[in-house]
Amino acid sequence: MIHVFAFYLFAVLTIGSGAVTILARNPVHSVLWLILAFFNAAGLMVLAGAEFIAMLLVIVYVGAVAVLFLFVVMMLDIDFAELRAGFVKNFPLGILIAIVLLAEIVLGLSAYRAGALELGTPDGSAAAIAGASNIESIGALLYGRYLFLFEAAGIILLVAMVGAIVLTHRERTDTRDQDIAKQIARRPDEATINTRPDIGKGIQL
Amino acid sequence: MIGIEHYVVVSSILFVLGVLGIFLNRKNVIVILMAIELILLAVNINLVAFSSYLGDLTGQVFAMFVLTVAAGEAAIGLAILVIYFRGRGTIAVDDVNRMKG
Repeated sequence: MIHVFAFYLFAVLTIGSGAVTILARNPVHSVLWLILAFFNAAGLMVLAGAEFIAMLLVIVYVGAVAVLFLFVVMMLDIDFAELRAGFVKNFPLGILIAIVLLAEIVLGLSAYRAGALELGTPDGSAAAIAGASNIESIGALLYGRYLFLFEAAGIILLVAMVGAIVLTHRERTDTRDQDIAKQIARRPDEATINTRPDIGKGIQL
Repeated sequence: MIGIEHYVVVSSILFVLGVLGIFLNRKNVIVILMAIELILLAVNINLVAFSSYLGDLTGQVFAMFVLTVAAGEAAIGLAILVIYFRGRGTIAVDDVNRMKG
């Protein structure tokens, strides 16, 4: 009973906050509603017994991606009212396409329920280890069969990081940068001079 | 026990909301990126639901890879957005015609 109640709570909140995300006037509010949608989706995943992905969703999406969005939205000085100009004009077409898409998915789902299609049965090679927790089973799979894919994911993240830095980095000419090679090449005898000015000389007042 | 259909319905509604968001906010590229995140979230819910329904953890491993790509995509997309704003002073994607494409 509590299972059903929790499912419907999370499902309704996920869909509701997803709808407000795309409808909100202010993109800052959009990001906050997106965070709520992610939290509730994580709840849905916990209900499905996938704790690891749920925690990953909270940490990666809410902790990193949503904060990145928030930073960008707040740092750029954008006139959002102007960007919303085509909203009403695009509304009928958007709703039409959304209804067609949803009808197609519902059609597929009801065809599946009618028994016309059979899901493939898993061969059991990736089944959860009996008695082990979700994260333990995923770890065994991730560092075993999917090790190379896992490392490829790491390379993707590295490339994304380097790409984002290269894209947003700019050479500034109005600042005094440190030139380390020049600093190291400096020697005491060319950097300082010893003079012995006469009495009353060597200073200008 | 909640059936697999419930999860599929939730994720398909979320997916359609993401597509609708792209159509409704055609000028605002930040909201378009958020709508793409919603679509990827719907896909992840689907993967996880089927994974636990079939008792096969491959779906959850794949959801992790989707998450990785989504994080990279958000980082690169926002970086492009920032340099575009720096050059143009606006992020309206309606008049992105610099490359005459």
